[in-house]
Amino acid sequence: MAQTVFAPWLDADEKPLIQFKNVTKRFGDFVAIDNLTQDIYAKEFFALLGPSGCGKTTMMRMLGGFETPTEGQILIAGQDMKGVPPNKRAVNMMFQSYALFPHLSVFENIAFGLKREGKPKPEIEARVEEMLRLTRLTKFAKRKPHQISGGQRQRVALARSLAKAPKLLLLDEPLGALDKKLRQDTQFELMDIQEKTGTTFVIVTHDQEEAMTVASRVAVMDEGEIIQVATPADIYERPNSIYVADFIGDVNILHGHATRADDGYDIAYAEGKAPLHAKTSNDLGASAKCALAIRPEKVSITAKKPAKVTNAIKGKIIDIAYLGNLSTYHVEIEGGHMIKAQTANTTRLERRSFTWEDTVWLSWTDTAAIVLEG
Amino acid sequence: MRRFTLIAVPYVWLLVLFLVPFIIVFKISLSDTALAIPPYTPTLDFSSGWEGIRNFFAGLDFENFKFLTTDDLYWKAYLSSLQIAAISTVLSLLVGYPIAYGMAQAPDEWRPTLMMLIILPFWTSFLIRVYSWMGILSNEGFLNQFLLWTGIISEPLLILNTNTAVYIGIVYTYLPFMILPIYAALEKLDISLLEAAEDLGCSRLTAFWLITIPLSKQGIIAGCFLVFIPALGEFVIPSLLGGSQTLMIGKVLFEEFFSNRDWPVASAVAVILLLILIIPIVLFQRNEQKQREAEG
Repeated sequence: MAQTVFAPWLDADEKPLIQFKNVTKRFGDFVAIDNLTQDIYAKEFFALLGPSGCGKTTMMRMLGGFETPTEGQILIAGQDMKGVPPNKRAVNMMFQSYALFPHLSVFENIAFGLKREGKPKPEIEARVEEMLRLTRLTKFAKRKPHQISGGQRQRVALARSLAKAPKLLLLDEPLGALDKKLRQDTQFELMDIQEKTGTTFVIVTHDQEEAMTVASRVAVMDEGEIIQVATPADIYERPNSIYVADFIGDVNILHGHATRADDGYDIAYAEGKAPLHAKTSNDLGASAKCALAIRPEKVSITAKKPAKVTNAIKGKIIDIAYLGNLSTYHVEIEGGHMIKAQTANTTRLERRSFTWEDTVWLSWTDTAAIVLEG
Repeated sequence: MRRFTLIAVPYVWLLVLFLVPFIIVFKISLSDTALAIPPYTPTLDFSSGWEGIRNFFAGLDFENFKFLTTDDLYWKAYLSSLQIAAISTVLSLLVGYPIAYGMAQAPDEWRPTLMMLIILPFWTSFLIRVYSWMGILSNEGFLNQFLLWTGIISEPLLILNTNTAVYIGIVYTYLPFMILPIYAALEKLDISLLEAAEDLGCSRLTAFWLITIPLSKQGIIAGCFLVFIPALGEFVIPSLLGGSQTLMIGKVLFEEFFSNRDWPVASAVAVILLLILIIPIVLFQRNEQKQREAEG
């Protein structure tokens, strides 16, 4: 069965729901957002990912109307949002602390926004019931926020922000306060709800796994700038910089000098060693400094030098990190570099072939590594 | 044993400093006046043994309490005190809430200074501060001189020795007790709650009514009790700033004790005042407990 891939950002005719146009935000001397331009499309699940202080929360608060851009324009559905206060925007926000009203019950919390619209009572009640069902909170309708668990509170916050059926829902680290297991369950719940309601979600997170799981596109941010925007798979497989490669997942970085060879580059990473070869469409020019990024799981580890492999390096196992399903080998190659290689533990522990101090060969194909400017 | 000692300390404290004086006052309220030192009878006489103790108890009766109901001065004084205390409480709330709100909104580095300014008046004697209000409010006082100078009024306002002066005095004196609990409640208020309310369609003003006020309710209640309870029995302020028509039970009490030298009736007045005060005190305690439960 053919599936249409959801990728409105590739369609030139598609109108973006949100447009950041050369937006700069300064707090005194500090530049939180630096001349940022970005489109977000309807029904997207857009993740802003970055370390704390990178400006992702500021971006979200500007969408919510809690901060105003120092320069530039923000458009939602084609309308300039300048001077529009939060209560006049078809945007709702789920706060990091949930910001549930402690003096109101779960029901009243969810009904809060609807009551402000002055809707008739039966309509409000029906909508709240619907939200309670959607978030599986019907049993807790009469409880106060302090009488329910963290995971339930998170769902109340979500139900409250969805109750007004906003065009755009902003989620500020929505799962930060939940423990790991609950967080993973909730991520799928979020995706499910997003799909059911057809709302555009913009999520702020510093958890790369979370961003990868839920988002249709991820924007990796650093110091007020978006470094790369792409689908989770592209971000992981084709990072555009050392920063992104390093921020998302585990990576080995080898610095070296690239010279063009065939359909890619030969990279000399150490004196007197055979250069490594990587296919790439990136153009660094004929000869340049570069960095080679290789994911640990793309590095094979063998006892003998494998035949017919483009890249192979000899090394010694220094450390083994056993993670249960996976093991990560820290291998010191000649020249002192440490390379991480990851293998799935498909056999029992006692039958594992390598141990500390073993001499092994690391190898990878010519498409496994990414050549980056360095 | 150690635990017992720990629990015993507050109870011994209460017994010595509250219950014993109260029993003494209550006993005096059941006695009769006498031209003697102390000015009442009977007094406990252990020298005549059992006979003396029996005579002592036989001499006690509720006559003074009955007397309080025959003269309408007393119940009028109680009612008037309740009224003055209630109005003063409302005025303190109206003045105190904006101040507490402003303090809670002020930048972090200002707050200790603002707090200091609120507490600063306590460094001077309460009596001196009330006296100085006489200088401000009298016919030739600073306020009237200033208003005459600006031309807003042509005749000096009569404020001193009226109930208005009493209200000013009470509000001025007890304002910190209103501000501090409200400030404590507002300071804890999470700013994101107000943002959430705005996000859900409230204007700033409705967010204030629907979120800020209900969440500072405990502080408002605590502040109101802390003003109402001492204002009810207030004596110094009405006698210095109030006029002859200002009827407050604290003043009546003082006059019974020191002008009339009728200790038994004065004690009866005091016992009734205490009974009236017990109601708001119990309510206050319950409020505090509810707050602790809500926070726990």
